[in-house]
Amino acid sequence: MKFGVIVFPGSNCDRDVAYVTRELLGSSTRMVWHQDTDISDLDVIIVPGGFSYGDYLRCGAIARFSNVMNSILDHGKQGKWVLGICNGFQILTEVGLLPGALVRNRDLHFICDRVPLKIERTDLPWTRHYTPQQVITLPIAHGEGRYYADPDTLKQLEDQQQILFRYCSATGAVNDSSNPNGSLNNIAGIVNSSGNVLGMMPHPERASDPILQATDGMALFQGLLDGVLVG
Amino acid sequence: MAIQFKARIYVTLRPSVLDPAGVAVQSGLHQLGYDSVEGVRIGKYIELQLSAENQTAAEAQLDQMCDRLLANPVIENYCFELDEVPALAVDR
Repeated sequence: MKFGVIVFPGSNCDRDVAYVTRELLGSSTRMVWHQDTDISDLDVIIVPGGFSYGDYLRCGAIARFSNVMNSILDHGKQGKWVLGICNGFQILTEVGLLPGALVRNRDLHFICDRVPLKIERTDLPWTRHYTPQQVITLPIAHGEGRYYADPDTLKQLEDQQQILFRYCSATGAVNDSSNPNGSLNNIAGIVNSSGNVLGMMPHPERASDPILQATDGMALFQGLLDGVLVG
Repeated sequence: MAIQFKARIYVTLRPSVLDPAGVAVQSGLHQLGYDSVEGVRIGKYIELQLSAENQTAAEAQLDQMCDRLLANPVIENYCFELDEVPALAVDR
């Protein structure tokens, strides 16, 4: 089981992710420069958070044309694991591995906070170590995190249960007041129709080391490791 | 011979996408007393120069550029204006 963490100019969560997979999870991890193209040795590709290419034009718009992206597209289309966190989620929507787009937060603020999230599905490796409808807390840090998709796409996401994480209240209520950024249907994270590509605005890697007093994100990485090994 | 063009590209949010920045600017205009203002939407304006065989070829290139990079069709529309740039005397 080998992790690859993509590094763009402007990525800033790449080392946090690698710390989790390498040091906390004990898994082989390789940093992948955005100009590399051979990622055939990797099982899981993580596109980390940050501000790739300074968020110029649109978040993720320029990163999607990096050399490594064609290899990531192939990796995802072969059914292998791809995780996009924050800016990584934005990049995965820009490149078309995930539907929809992330646009400016409803209230225009850059939000840096810890928010409750509801786990909608636990039959995928990403969430197998959580329980259905469990409420967890993860950090968010974004200015453009409001999930948008056209009504047909949104219906498909709901019908095919592609929404893994929703913003909710501390008691699990999913409504407008528990929606920090105005995302449609309180969406915080979605998978593609086959479930192997996950994009999420919250940062599980920032809630994995016990020294930070927040560890709700670790189960995602551990679940992926265990789930993929089991097969 | 290739002709030089100047393009002015307008990228706007699709009507179905909420534009909170537009709403904020609209309320600012209202506070200044422009009470009749409505429908403020903020987009992007991009200028570029390109050369092509003719106007049709230039438009085709611009459509591709907009579809692939300059606009995100999920959330944005675009349109552009294209003008021929008169050749400089030195080039003749």
